[in-house]
Amino acid sequence: MGKTYQVPSSTFQVLRSSRLAPRFPLHASRLTPHAPRFTPHASRSTLHASSLPGSDDIFRAQLPNGITLLSRVNFNSPSVVISGYLQAGSLFDTDEKLGLADFTASALMRGSQQRDLQQIYDALESAGASLSFSAGAHTTGFSGRALAEDLPLLLNTMGEVLSQPAFPTEQLEKLRARLLTGLAIRAQDTADMAALAFDQIIFANHPYSRPEDGYVETIQAIRREDLVDFHGRYYGPRGMVLAIVGAVEPKAALEELARALGDWTNNHQPEAPSLPALTPLKKTITKRVNIPGKSQCDILIGTSGPARRDPEFLPISLGNSVLGQFGMMGRIGDAVREKSGLAYYAYSSLNAGIGPGSWEISAGVNPKNVAKASSLIRSEIKRFIEKGVTGEELADSQTNYIGRLPLSLESNAGVAGALLNIERFDLGLDYYRRYAGLVQAVTPEEVLQAARKYFQADKLAIAIAGP
Amino acid sequence: MPEIHRATLANGLQVLLKEIHTAPIISSWVWYRVGSRDEPSGRTGISHWVEHMQFKGTPQYPASVLDKIIAREGGVSNAFTFFDWTTYFETMPADKIDLALRLEADRMVNSTFDPKEVASERTVIISEREGSENEPLFLLGEAVQAAAFRVHPYHHEVLGDLADLQTISRDDLYNHYRSYYAPNNALLALAGDFETEVMIARLRELFEAIPAGSTPPRLERPEPPPRGEHRLSVEGPGETRYLQLAYRAPAGSSPDFFPLTVLDSLLAGPSSLNMFGGGGVSNKTSRLYRALVEEELAVGVGSSAITTIDPYLYTFTITVHPQRTADEVLAAFDEQVRRIQNEAISAEEVARAIKQARALFAYGSENITNQAFWLGHAEMFASYDWFLTYLDKLAAVTPTEVQHAAREILKPQNRVVGTYIPTGTEVGHG
Repeated sequence: MGKTYQVPSSTFQVLRSSRLAPRFPLHASRLTPHAPRFTPHASRSTLHASSLPGSDDIFRAQLPNGITLLSRVNFNSPSVVISGYLQAGSLFDTDEKLGLADFTASALMRGSQQRDLQQIYDALESAGASLSFSAGAHTTGFSGRALAEDLPLLLNTMGEVLSQPAFPTEQLEKLRARLLTGLAIRAQDTADMAALAFDQIIFANHPYSRPEDGYVETIQAIRREDLVDFHGRYYGPRGMVLAIVGAVEPKAALEELARALGDWTNNHQPEAPSLPALTPLKKTITKRVNIPGKSQCDILIGTSGPARRDPEFLPISLGNSVLGQFGMMGRIGDAVREKSGLAYYAYSSLNAGIGPGSWEISAGVNPKNVAKASSLIRSEIKRFIEKGVTGEELADSQTNYIGRLPLSLESNAGVAGALLNIERFDLGLDYYRRYAGLVQAVTPEEVLQAARKYFQADKLAIAIAGP
Repeated sequence: MPEIHRATLANGLQVLLKEIHTAPIISSWVWYRVGSRDEPSGRTGISHWVEHMQFKGTPQYPASVLDKIIAREGGVSNAFTFFDWTTYFETMPADKIDLALRLEADRMVNSTFDPKEVASERTVIISEREGSENEPLFLLGEAVQAAAFRVHPYHHEVLGDLADLQTISRDDLYNHYRSYYAPNNALLALAGDFETEVMIARLRELFEAIPAGSTPPRLERPEPPPRGEHRLSVEGPGETRYLQLAYRAPAGSSPDFFPLTVLDSLLAGPSSLNMFGGGGVSNKTSRLYRALVEEELAVGVGSSAITTIDPYLYTFTITVHPQRTADEVLAAFDEQVRRIQNEAISAEEVARAIKQARALFAYGSENITNQAFWLGHAEMFASYDWFLTYLDKLAAVTPTEVQHAAREILKPQNRVVGTYIPTGTEVGHG
């Protein structure tokens, strides 16, 4: 369940350059394609309670061909966001052609039956709009944004490239060069390589051990007919979900969607592949990836974690906040950064999606401090599963979760992510209005029980990448 | 566009307020007019280190308490050090903002700089630097920047040089803090769900008693004009080759910055102004993407033109195609420069850049944190008026002005050309 690796290209944010030095690491979370970086949380604010999405202001409809639309208006800004997914992920990839789902997703915009790459992008970029696709394990996701007046442009482009991609050979070779360069960069990235090794330990014998972007050999093995075949088999409207949020009335959005994708069909779409059971670790396993010439090592220590819909998810999420998120990266940040000065970043993260997730602690340290930092992290894990969290610590994280909900939902993209969470994990349209109660109901005992189900001090996955 | 309220407290603290009642959120930013450009040789990195120390405690709010009390109330906070400024922000549920304001008023004067905390933060910052050194583009960018500025303190990275990070003392840090963290050297910007009258009264209560200091001078070491092209290379691990071209560019407040913005949009695609939220637009129809990536000389091209007080750099970063050389890329790049300097630019192409900018601007207005950021940030290199009139100024740019900018800025003698040469190490598994 690695993240998607991209060659630095296109637009650099004006200020998000290496020249801007933040105190708190801006990248302090490993992303899985399915889990949002922060699980959005609900508010107890009564003043603006109606600002939280709920059943009375989320529009949900389904087209006859199976596409589900979720929509919510926001007229505070003249823009609109679309975001969603199709049931075509890398779980369908063979080992020999791993990366095919992602290759296919990345190739969609490179030409349709009607237009070539330059024509497609000329229309979008001329409007200041964007649209992109990428594959995860279960689904292929997409996201786009535009001025509200250009929503038809976004949806029509999406409809065109989803239902009638051309996969022009010449463009596929350019894309292959970019993907291979991305893999070469990945091979030099200590955090990425530690993550790959970590996933191979906790997801041994499970398809989640495979990176969605494949390997050099598998990307080289993929042919144009593989993309055509993958698209023909797996791309279709059934199970497709789309959120549209912004200065657009939902009924109008539904009509535009029906115009763009209402006629799309695929009678061959298979059922979602079933996942094998995860084999629990029987002992602590360590993997090292040697990347010479680097000045820092990345360490990952952790275990498998709950799926998003497991009852343990919320207690573990709050426990994880205490362990390595709250304030300056929780207890882990306190031990490794604040007290010992060993690392700029040291935090824990919980990645939970459709299937089993991961619960992991990350730190970037000087090569000579790897043993010391690892030992501090393991002590914190041991303390956590022996004694759990205090009532005060839990209360801090609970008020944090509840209080920051409006922040996570202020942008259109934040609301779109919340709507997709509701649909993907069947949370109910009033989930964000119920969330404060759900968070507050969690007890320290529940956190401890849930944590012990996953974390065992003598059965850890440890991955280290660096010189 | 909501109205802006502007005030200056008796001690010189500037205040900018913008009411936005779309969500129960307030974002507060304190800006200090100090950054890495105020650091003489031997003290590089000191502004950034002081910023870290501002979380290490006062008598009232001891170390580690600061992050926790903001988080406990559902707030988000961080701090950033740049060449020209240092800033601290908290975005909070509206009914909790007072906590952030009390905290900022307190640490404007009362931070302790405990020697033990200084010692542990020294290694944290060295680790931050080592993490950056893992990235080829950091190594290349640092070398290019240093070559572009021999005299001006834009010469060094915000993070500072290792030699200085090892030797800067507690007293150096404290003196830097006391010199620059004065209300008359600061600006407080708030946007969000408050009533201006109530807020300004509260700010007076909290901040007006802080005594003004002497106005600290900014380090002024103007860079002399360049006398020719610099070329350099950086070697390091990896397989991927990068080419960076950095041209001396106009200051953020210069009228020339707007034609540069349009020029950049034509050459390398539109850049987002937004630090928080919004995202960018792809650049596949930009001139350089078509000439370099579509022609299989490169696999990616990006650019940056930053709003700085003094002239900084207009930088292109190109990821070279695995089967191509940096020289081939450079030749194709220079051909595109010649064309934009010499061939007529259409009004449509310029109008398209304006529409792109309008869309990116709209995306940024979704988010209160981003709006509060601009309230203060624009004041650091120009004034808030710069932000308010940004789209109008862009819309007034003519094709002739874009071509003039291309001729003035994109001269070979005005640039540094840097290449990252990968030494091609193998990855081993043990």
